[in-house]
Amino acid sequence: MGEYSVQELTSILAMQGFAGISLFSVLLLMALGLAIIFGQMGVINMAHGEFMAMGAYTTYLLSVMTQTYFPEFMNYYFLLAIVASFLVAGLFGYLTEFVLIRHLYKRPLDTLLATWGLSLIMQQSFRSIFGAREVSPTLPDWLMGSWMPTDTIFIPINGMFVLALTAVVTIGVYILMFRSTWGLNVRATTQNRVMSGAVGINTKQVDRLTFALGCGIAGIAGAAFTTIASTGPTSGSLYIVDTFMVVVFGGAASLFGTIASAFTIAQAQSILEFFISGSMAKVFTLLALVIILMMRPEGLFSIKVRK
Amino acid sequence: MNFVYERFLGGKSGALAIGILALLILVILPLALDLFRLNLVGKYLTYAFAAVSLVLLWGYGGILSLGQGIFFGLGGYAMAMFLKLEASDPESTSIQTTPGIPDFMDWNQLYELPWFWVPFESFTFTLIAILVVPAVFAFIIGYSMFKRRVGGVYFAIITQVIAVILTVLIVGQQGYTGGINGITDLRTLNGWDIRTDEAKYLLYFLNAILLLGVIMLGKFILTSKFGQLLLAMKDKEDRVRFSGYDVSNFKIFIFCISAVIAAIGGAMFTLQVGFMSPSFVGIVPSIEMVIFAAVGGRMSLIGVVYGTLLVNYGKTAFSETFPELWLFLMGGLFIAVVMFFPNGLAGIWNKYAPKVPFLRPLLAGSKKAESKTEPAKIESEPTTEGAK
Amino acid sequence: MSYFSRRKFLGKTGALISAMVAAGFITSTAIAADYPTAEVNTTGLSVTDDTVTVGILHSLTGTMAISETGAQEAEKLAIKQINESGGILGRQIKIIQEDGASDWPTFAEKSRKLLVNDKVAAVFGCWTSASRKAALPVFEKENGLLYYPTFYEGLEQSKNVIYTGQEATQQILAGLDWVAEEKGAKTFYLIGSDYIWPRTSMKIARIHIEKVLGGKVVGEEYKPLGDTQFGSVINKIRLRKPDVIFAAVVGGSNVAWFKQLNAAGITSDKQTLLTLSVTEDEVLGIGGENLEGFYSVMKYFQSLDNPNNAEFVKAFKEMHGEDSVIGDVTQAAYLGPWLWKAAVEKAGSFDVDKIVEASRTGEIELDTAPEGYVKLHPNHHLWSKTRIGKWNKDGQATVVYESELIEPNPFPEGYQ
Repeated sequence: MGEYSVQELTSILAMQGFAGISLFSVLLLMALGLAIIFGQMGVINMAHGEFMAMGAYTTYLLSVMTQTYFPEFMNYYFLLAIVASFLVAGLFGYLTEFVLIRHLYKRPLDTLLATWGLSLIMQQSFRSIFGAREVSPTLPDWLMGSWMPTDTIFIPINGMFVLALTAVVTIGVYILMFRSTWGLNVRATTQNRVMSGAVGINTKQVDRLTFALGCGIAGIAGAAFTTIASTGPTSGSLYIVDTFMVVVFGGAASLFGTIASAFTIAQAQSILEFFISGSMAKVFTLLALVIILMMRPEGLFSIKVRK
Repeated sequence: MNFVYERFLGGKSGALAIGILALLILVILPLALDLFRLNLVGKYLTYAFAAVSLVLLWGYGGILSLGQGIFFGLGGYAMAMFLKLEASDPESTSIQTTPGIPDFMDWNQLYELPWFWVPFESFTFTLIAILVVPAVFAFIIGYSMFKRRVGGVYFAIITQVIAVILTVLIVGQQGYTGGINGITDLRTLNGWDIRTDEAKYLLYFLNAILLLGVIMLGKFILTSKFGQLLLAMKDKEDRVRFSGYDVSNFKIFIFCISAVIAAIGGAMFTLQVGFMSPSFVGIVPSIEMVIFAAVGGRMSLIGVVYGTLLVNYGKTAFSETFPELWLFLMGGLFIAVVMFFPNGLAGIWNKYAPKVPFLRPLLAGSKKAESKTEPAKIESEPTTEGAK
Repeated sequence: MSYFSRRKFLGKTGALISAMVAAGFITSTAIAADYPTAEVNTTGLSVTDDTVTVGILHSLTGTMAISETGAQEAEKLAIKQINESGGILGRQIKIIQEDGASDWPTFAEKSRKLLVNDKVAAVFGCWTSASRKAALPVFEKENGLLYYPTFYEGLEQSKNVIYTGQEATQQILAGLDWVAEEKGAKTFYLIGSDYIWPRTSMKIARIHIEKVLGGKVVGEEYKPLGDTQFGSVINKIRLRKPDVIFAAVVGGSNVAWFKQLNAAGITSDKQTLLTLSVTEDEVLGIGGENLEGFYSVMKYFQSLDNPNNAEFVKAFKEMHGEDSVIGDVTQAAYLGPWLWKAAVEKAGSFDVDKIVEASRTGEIELDTAPEGYVKLHPNHHLWSKTRIGKWNKDGQATVVYESELIEPNPFPEGYQ
């Protein structure tokens, strides 16, 4: 590598470091919603990817509407879209819990199947409403391009945006879960449902809101990902395996575990990808995860999950 | 003889049910359908192997594998490798740089047959491989997971990830595997052309008989002491463990058996359809296999065959007439089965058939057998209780 | 949205076609009488005194529906136009459409259904190589005829298939020659999705770059299908500083690739990028702003400026709505029915063997193709021109280069 100057190599190193952090924020944002649902309720939501797609389509709709009716607001609509995605996906999650999930709490494997059925229906709905082709929301100008702290370092603005958003959401979840009365109720319900009910917590309401919150966060993730990836009827299914790996690897019921797991997986993958070809990097990362999980089934950080 | 009757057929009701199924797939369907449709049914019946394997593993063992496609694929690929080698004789591949190796290898600059392909020139080896490779693979996965008491949702997700890894590998290593196109253009089996009409009939019947055999094997396993333990384990695993049994060994064993059954299905799939591709290994086909089992009834070895036929027939029929509706229907069916009919078609049959007057005499006396083999207590499925 | 317009269109054309059948029948009786059914159909195909049945086989559902929609729309347009102009040998074309459902065995099954049960005279369909590979043995065994529209990796030549898209060397070599000459490119970074088409294409590209152009490949990369993370790859590219990025990424990955490339500051003012896998269809998902100034190498762009194309674009938009776009494969699919018509008329028969024989004379040509004059080579592929298009923000390309007619060469000597 003699042909490169020190400055160039440092820049690449810096950008590669950011690529890893950026992947970390993407994985974490994807997994947060699932981690809440799985960790707190033991429910596997196979339609998680579709809730993300729902957020992405909400963003797309808003982009089209803004462009048609209020073109002068194009610079700001995206912030509104994030809120809207959260609300739309959250509301739909709330309904899903009411109609579907609450009947299946005693059968976790069955929720997995039922939500898979739900994901099929959602995919086809997206296709019927928005068409089979991928769509692309028009992004505000401030989200495009990159920030250049020096002449040779390019930091993608959309990457920084996702990173910041992930930080906000994670802190929000932390406060909600560990610093609010509602969070206390959720954790109490998780630990002992009957006792929680006995002391006056509306456990059913807690379940419903927890599920809605998880889905809402998936919606936020979907909105954010319109800046870096594709929006189509089946886009959600691209993320599902990665998301599960983050949650399982981190260990259920542990916010810190999910963060650590997303960080480890992201760094492993992004460093491997730098040195070997893309698809083998993926195989090695997943294989390593499977082997580690076989040796340490409870995940990185977790209270006991054996049965 | 009585032993066979009780254990392999499952007593009077069992024998009757197998008899009806045999009549349907061996006589009625071949007479009623033209070869094109029969060939389709043949393909569906290969998926039924995977569904049957899930009855043992999931219905009775309580272990949900979202990776049965792995084993279906291993069996299918083993058979496809043999057939491809036979189709790639030096004469018909004479335009290649290296005649005598499969065409996709030639395109990918391989100049000799990779070592792991060589044994597949032997039909005997291939047959053994179809049974042994999936079993060994399942043993490795099962040993490392069940010994550490990984189960429930974790097992489901890990098998799913393994299916993804295998798919990415097959697609990526196309010089060795045929890549995303799979292994195609298979022609003869030991010189016998598998594409002719007679061959298609023969393979259909072979497949149907093998399926019936596998179902009887399943009955045998479930009526044995092992089957009883399996059920006990599913309901109260800890009690079985405290009774002195090594629960993980049972789980590993049933996982291996189910892998082999799925692999036989895969091999028969390759023979009847004429190719194998990674799209039968990944997440989607694996979950579809679970759908077949769920719709047919996860506790019923015979019900799942009907479930498989019904779902696939629906898929073909709907995709011909209302392609847009198909996914709605499939998704809806899935949710409905899980929520309202956890025992699937078999559950509906068991509930309503005794109420139909002319069926009653046939079913009389089967109550005992049923209550023994089909406790159907889905609610008590072992959970991961991740948040305990 | 596009879905609704498609639905509307299906209903409308259905009515239109049946009206055409009624009307066309009268004008073409004279010709049909010159070709008695017994003579033009000796193999028991579904041909009557006034109709001939063909099949259309594309994915209407599943992941591939995105791509295949345009192709089947174009095939229907061509068939409608042929019917309006009097049909083939005085016979109106009837369509049986089947859904391949993005599932390869289904393609094989439905091919068998179309050939064995429906006895169609020709099938227009398939999109991915995998679906074609699955269906191919069926066509060979039943002696059917398939018109395949997609640009693909080559390495195949079947008696029973006519390939109306470009094979890899037609598309790649001209593109690389242009970029080497026009941009003085010496170093190349190759990146594609991990499956057979990109890998074969890159293999051909590498040989051409190293042996013919005297350039250097500074990196070669394959990402799994559906992967959406390109951060590390982009840094690798930055490290190697290639003159040209040569890309064949597909599907959802393609969208992520261009969005992230743009965000990383690798834009067309600093970097030349030539891609094999972006047509007007893909631009909808990627967004024109992310592609602006990059180049695609294709045989057809919607913006091609010639009278044939103007007419084609107008007719296509009339049928499928003002917002519809036409990509390379869509145009190639449109050629299928016309090439079949030309071959049938030359052979004076619907028999597959006679059509194949006529197709192999090298005299089947179309002056009316939107891409300009094309000719069928005896190796079942088309002579065609290759173009370089530079993408604009509005999702259309400006054609900056056009080659001579290039001979198809599915088994390129020295490139294997």
